[in-house]
Amino acid sequence: MILQVKGLIAGYEPGLSIVKGASIHAAEGEIVVILGPNGAGKSSLIKAIAGLVPVTGGQVLLDGRDITAVPAHLMVRQGLAFVPQTENIFPLMTVEENLRVSGGILPRSGVSPRIAEMYEAFPDLARQRALMAGSLSGGQRQMLAVARALIVRPRVLMLDEPSAGLSPKLVAQVFAQLQEIRSRGLTIVLVEQNARAALAIGDRAYVLVEGREAHEGKAKTLWDDPIIAELYLGHRRAS
Amino acid sequence: MSLQFLLDGVIAGSMIGLGAIGVTLTYSILRFSNFAHGDFMAWGAYAALAVVGALGGSTALKPLSFGLPLLVALVVAMALTALLALVLDWLLFARLRARGQSIIVVMASFGASMALRSLLEFIFTSRPTYFSRAIQMATPLGLGIKITADQVALLLLTLVLVVGMHLFMAHSQRGREMRAYSQNPALAKVVGIDVAAVVRATWVIGAALACASGVMVGVLVQIRPLMGLSLLLPMFAAAILGGIGSVRGAVLGGLIIGLSEAAAVQFVGAEWRQAVAFVILMAVLLIRPIGLFGVAER
Amino acid sequence: MIDLLGYGAFFLSTALIFGLIALGLNLQWGLTGLFNVGIAGFVAIGAYSSAILTSPDTPDRIGGFGWPIVAGWLAAALITAGAAAFTGYATLRLKADYLAITTFGVAVVVQLVALNAQGLTGGPFGVAFIPRPFASVQDQAVLFNFANLGVIAVVTLAAYLALERLSRSPWGRVLRALREDERAAIALGKSAQSYRIQAFAVGGAVMGLAGAVQAHFIGFIAPDNYLPTLTFQVWAMLMVGGSGSNRGALLGSIVVWAIWVGSGTVTASLVPQDWQARAASLQIVAIGVMLCLILLWRPQGFFGPRRRQ
Repeated sequence: MILQVKGLIAGYEPGLSIVKGASIHAAEGEIVVILGPNGAGKSSLIKAIAGLVPVTGGQVLLDGRDITAVPAHLMVRQGLAFVPQTENIFPLMTVEENLRVSGGILPRSGVSPRIAEMYEAFPDLARQRALMAGSLSGGQRQMLAVARALIVRPRVLMLDEPSAGLSPKLVAQVFAQLQEIRSRGLTIVLVEQNARAALAIGDRAYVLVEGREAHEGKAKTLWDDPIIAELYLGHRRAS
Repeated sequence: MSLQFLLDGVIAGSMIGLGAIGVTLTYSILRFSNFAHGDFMAWGAYAALAVVGALGGSTALKPLSFGLPLLVALVVAMALTALLALVLDWLLFARLRARGQSIIVVMASFGASMALRSLLEFIFTSRPTYFSRAIQMATPLGLGIKITADQVALLLLTLVLVVGMHLFMAHSQRGREMRAYSQNPALAKVVGIDVAAVVRATWVIGAALACASGVMVGVLVQIRPLMGLSLLLPMFAAAILGGIGSVRGAVLGGLIIGLSEAAAVQFVGAEWRQAVAFVILMAVLLIRPIGLFGVAER
Repeated sequence: MIDLLGYGAFFLSTALIFGLIALGLNLQWGLTGLFNVGIAGFVAIGAYSSAILTSPDTPDRIGGFGWPIVAGWLAAALITAGAAAFTGYATLRLKADYLAITTFGVAVVVQLVALNAQGLTGGPFGVAFIPRPFASVQDQAVLFNFANLGVIAVVTLAAYLALERLSRSPWGRVLRALREDERAAIALGKSAQSYRIQAFAVGGAVMGLAGAVQAHFIGFIAPDNYLPTLTFQVWAMLMVGGSGSNRGALLGSIVVWAIWVGSGTVTASLVPQDWQARAASLQIVAIGVMLCLILLWRPQGFFGPRRRQ
């Protein structure tokens, strides 16, 4: 089990927890999707795992090591990378500078070759390496944000609603990219509103309700479960 | 008409610009306007004076008015001023920053500025002092402009510092991290940037450049405890005119203000020199508050 | 004994004038959260306005308007309010720090005008023969001091009561809401800015009035009265007293002024002549350090009502 979260309690203000004892896990090479109604604490859960929301209880284990108390800026060194939902690039730096500044933990001589690898995986970015990141389109920004997270060779990649604000075509592109990344052995934890697209590429999924996981199952099964579909996924099966 | 005021303006502008780099970095990275920044200048100049005194000997490298001891003193004083800034941050600013109200940090810098300045008056009295009292020969350059060897040397020093600063911000990893942190502190943490190191670098750079600027004022004009306070408004105006966060903007803003001050001295009267920075500041705030190289806040 | 009484009245008058300035600052900072580093400048604007309008004609300087004292005071308040309103207009739509930097600049420029615009301000020599209230009893020092203390106390009390009312009025509640809830401020948009400008202007008016009252109490003003030290002193007074509380502003002024005068007297009698200037700078170091310590350890001050967190 590469990532294990046990009874996590977290919130911005003391006594006011948003994540209320959530337990999830992810196996090596798995895509795990976290779904749930608005305000269920999905976003806060992965932010808490990433060290961005104060944790008051529970445990986060990465490959067996306890990383619950690791400060946010040291998470990438532990092998955990995070792509926030919005403002996930540095707009006044070029595409290349965005990648370079994110490669701080790599050995100095390893940065440029790694950037070249990223350009190979994301050819769009290679073409726009000298552009200010703020001038990229929505889909390209998302690609840059993912590339920026991957540059440090993380073992687990967590994304907060990567489909938000993208057209269906771009969503398909981004998700195809995620599948491609997974095929190289990376573990992906995905928080999503777009249940259909996420479950289509996911292996397993959790439905989070009021700060705890309420259901867990194979992505395919969850999609077909009528009760869950009606309650939390916001679509009703005709048949 | 003599065009000497143009050279005077460039020299004054260099000193303002060097100081304004620290102001603009502190504002964009630590997110407060540091009213004690001028006092880093004064402390730097006095620190250099003390080191020169300790080294003894007046082996001026003709035709300069100063010699190797002052250069050594400059480096030592830059380190000492940086240390002063780090200690001040540790004792005061970091604690208040953690509470999250930036205007309280501004107020603390205001209190610290008063304490720092008066402490200099206590130690050295308010009487002006000099690195050297030697009179320098000025070489005519034509158009009525004359320049001394000291002025040439210090303009070169400014050029080296500004170019070095530009290269550092543009191409070093720490420089990139500082820019990244100023654009998005939360994301900076996510990508693994060590915020404490960025904060330290900001103080060290700002204070060291303020010290260099203070030593230049000391060599070319005089050293007194109030020297930093009187340059504070021009430095703020330069940083805002250039656009907060922009190093080249701060330098250019400094030059514009230095030249405008010199023009005011030439055409209006020396007694109104200090009003120039205020007039420019108000004009920028009313017409283009983001400055020359600024970017609108999101 | 009589001397002591007279001195007591003089001390209290000065302290209350500081208190009046601190009341103005409390409206700006304590209630509205606007940072003013140019207090000395605004006080000077008030002092010079009233002095010029009321003092007798002098060669080389504009004057001889012969206004009554009270008219001078009102004009001082209005003119300073105008200056403060303009400062607020230029900066309050921008980041909070810009107001601080601009007020700092206002103080620098006012100081320059006071020193150099001789035809308006008398230059380094200042303005003399400013009419003093109860000038007819000037040679009976105690009576004169007490009469003046009475006037100053009445003005201060009036300002205190007016500000208390204002801060409890709907207007004051809006200001408090703006300070405490940034979302409310954003929701109010343009009108939030206008509320802040109003608060800054009214605070400025109180400072200008204090400057005028002091000018007429002393009878003579010069640029040296309005150095940055004045700004520091008033900030220390408000922070000691407790920002947000008008009562704290007044008590803080009296206490800090007592400490200032007391420590000054002690050093004057203990420290040798050639160290006096140095001792005076140590006094300012102490205020600066005190301001920082209060910010670190007791941001609510000592005399104000405890503010809820």
